[in-house]
Amino acid sequence: MSLALTRIPVKEQDPQIRKHNFKEVSLGYSLEEAIQEAQRCIQCKNPRCVAGCPVNVYIPRFIAYIAEGQIDEAAQVIKETNNLPAICGRVCPQEEQCEARCILGIKGEPVAVGRLERFAADYTMSKQIQTPTTVAKFNATKIAIVGSGPAGLAAAADLAKLGYEVHIFEAFHEPGGVLVYGIPEFRLPNELVKKEIEELKGLGVEIYTNTIIGKTITIDELIENGYKAVFIGSGAGLPKFMNIPGENLNGVFSANEYLTRINLMKAYDFPNSHTPIKKGQRVAVVGGGNVAMDAARSALRLGAEEVHIVYRRSEEEMPARLEEVHHAKEEGIIFDVLSSPIEVLGEDGWVKGLKCIRMELGESDSSGRRRPIALPNSDFILDVDIVIMAIGTSPNPLITTTTKGLKTHSWGGIIVDDETGATSKDGVYAGGDAVTGAATVIQAMGSGKKAAKAIHEQLLYGEKIRHDSK
Amino acid sequence: MYKIIDKKNLASGIVMMKVKAPFVAHKAMPGQFIMLRVCEGGERIPLTIADYDREEGSISIIFQEVGYTTKDLGKLEINDSIRDFAGPLGMPSKLDGFKKVLCVGGGVGIAPLYPQIKYLNEQGADVDVIIGARSADYIILQEEVHNYASHSYIATDDGTLGHKGFVTDVVRELIDKGNKYDLVIAVGPLVMMKAVSQMTKEQGIPTTVSLNPIMIDGTGMCGGCRVTVGGKVYYACVDGPDFDGHQVDFDEAIRRQQIYKKEEQIQHNCRLY
Repeated sequence: MSLALTRIPVKEQDPQIRKHNFKEVSLGYSLEEAIQEAQRCIQCKNPRCVAGCPVNVYIPRFIAYIAEGQIDEAAQVIKETNNLPAICGRVCPQEEQCEARCILGIKGEPVAVGRLERFAADYTMSKQIQTPTTVAKFNATKIAIVGSGPAGLAAAADLAKLGYEVHIFEAFHEPGGVLVYGIPEFRLPNELVKKEIEELKGLGVEIYTNTIIGKTITIDELIENGYKAVFIGSGAGLPKFMNIPGENLNGVFSANEYLTRINLMKAYDFPNSHTPIKKGQRVAVVGGGNVAMDAARSALRLGAEEVHIVYRRSEEEMPARLEEVHHAKEEGIIFDVLSSPIEVLGEDGWVKGLKCIRMELGESDSSGRRRPIALPNSDFILDVDIVIMAIGTSPNPLITTTTKGLKTHSWGGIIVDDETGATSKDGVYAGGDAVTGAATVIQAMGSGKKAAKAIHEQLLYGEKIRHDSK
Repeated sequence: MYKIIDKKNLASGIVMMKVKAPFVAHKAMPGQFIMLRVCEGGERIPLTIADYDREEGSISIIFQEVGYTTKDLGKLEINDSIRDFAGPLGMPSKLDGFKKVLCVGGGVGIAPLYPQIKYLNEQGADVDVIIGARSADYIILQEEVHNYASHSYIATDDGTLGHKGFVTDVVRELIDKGNKYDLVIAVGPLVMMKAVSQMTKEQGIPTTVSLNPIMIDGTGMCGGCRVTVGGKVYYACVDGPDFDGHQVDFDEAIRRQQIYKKEEQIQHNCRLY
């Protein structure tokens, strides 16, 4: 048997067309394409891909079903461990996880696990098949989940399937967390997130929006009110700025704000949608992660003539997914790497330009990446009217400052036990960005699942298991 | 959905609504705010809490129908519902331990001041209040405030009620008369808060102002509400909304308030009332 070394390509919207709309870039596989791609999988006896998945989806099994054309069965296999396959199929960094470990990747291209996962999820969703999931009867034990992003949703799904009465508390008016406020429509349509959340509600999970834990209700009050365990998945927090002059000029935004206006509040449809946004002619986005790519490509779709990514290291060090960088370049985003902003220039209170300085790479730092060093007298000015800062976030203090006995790192992240997600406070668990700082959707989901398991064990066996395991 | 259980037109274009929101009411403290969205597709706007009733589980808001969203909100009637209503947000005002306080409310700014005046009075503080507005037609809460204030004064730009001129004239007069305030609280338009703060700075009287910048989430996530206070950048939603009036960069705050001026115009042209 000869191995197919290249994967079946996926259709995408033409870059020249898609840069003017918010529709999905990748169009996904057709049934025939999916089956062909699935047949490339050699069904390893010891599948390394499964270990590469933070939620351990049984990859070869679902791919085998697709290869046989049994798509519903494939979706069911995925959902045994992952309740949000349409989302993960789109936004997981498969190239660093499952696909990175695929044996076919040694000599050729790995099996397109992400595309196949997306296909299975979309296929069953479009046929409106409710993949049956077994839910145990309510066991009358209430569990509170703080935040309805990927960490909270994953924890909620697993706990609901075990029969717990799960209540999710969401600060925004709509559930989904970063999936709806952060990741743009062209990567992850909100409609699809809604559908996957609806399925979760089908498991009996209740979602309370407009409820800010730490303000409307505190963690301690949740416990007093009979919740036997609390999982905190409150996500990333306050956007970081660079502390350079001119950052408070009109026209400087955090990526959080820019993306929330566009994605959650649908500002691209202003004035039909009532939330406005500044449409720049020339936009600079500072940062090299996925959020920076999302902000840059969103600005382009709002009608900007020119969009720059300004990143202080080289392209090699960029934390963004290769695919996102590739898509951004195809659409005409200009990459100013080895450049760092030193001042936002203004006129009459509005952004007029971004003064940057050239960098070179020195020795490796603690993160293993080469440290950027400014080159003297190398400053230059980017002629832009909007500057978007996409350089990360620091944890939100709303919960940690209002919860007694919840320990945090000096940088604000909640301290947890790696294995269980247990915090320093009894019955309180945490996961996702609130613990790790900015990370990926699937890592957050993985931490939610881990905590769900730990909560279940704790509630079943109580203190006993704790002592035994120590 | 959050039901409107009472509505009153307090003055021309100024509306009071009492909204059923038991969880918010349970926690609300003077100085805090809520975020609301009138309808699906609507904008999220912050409004400072004008009163709360824990027993009834209600929050009162007072707003002036100036922008698109506040006009939309004003169209709702008793028994209608507001789509989203979240809070209480921001830090409560620090009101404990004061003996004699001067509260200055400009326009609808008197609304968020009202629960503070009540609270101060309950704490046994001696509270003087100045209410300012363009003209008599825009003066609100006069009687309510009167119940809790030691002295209350009115200033209107056109002199149709009380002192003719600005609230700052009255502030000056009260200080000149020898009143020793250990705190001044000013809430209203930025230019008014700036003027009061400048005057009290000269006199060395500690002054708190309440900022209401543009924000989306109200929980610290967007950073749109950043303000410079004493040379440092703060997020009004989580660090405020109260700040030291002597330290606030008002000019920056005024400028940042104008970011969507042009878009607001588009909105008005597109949807004529």
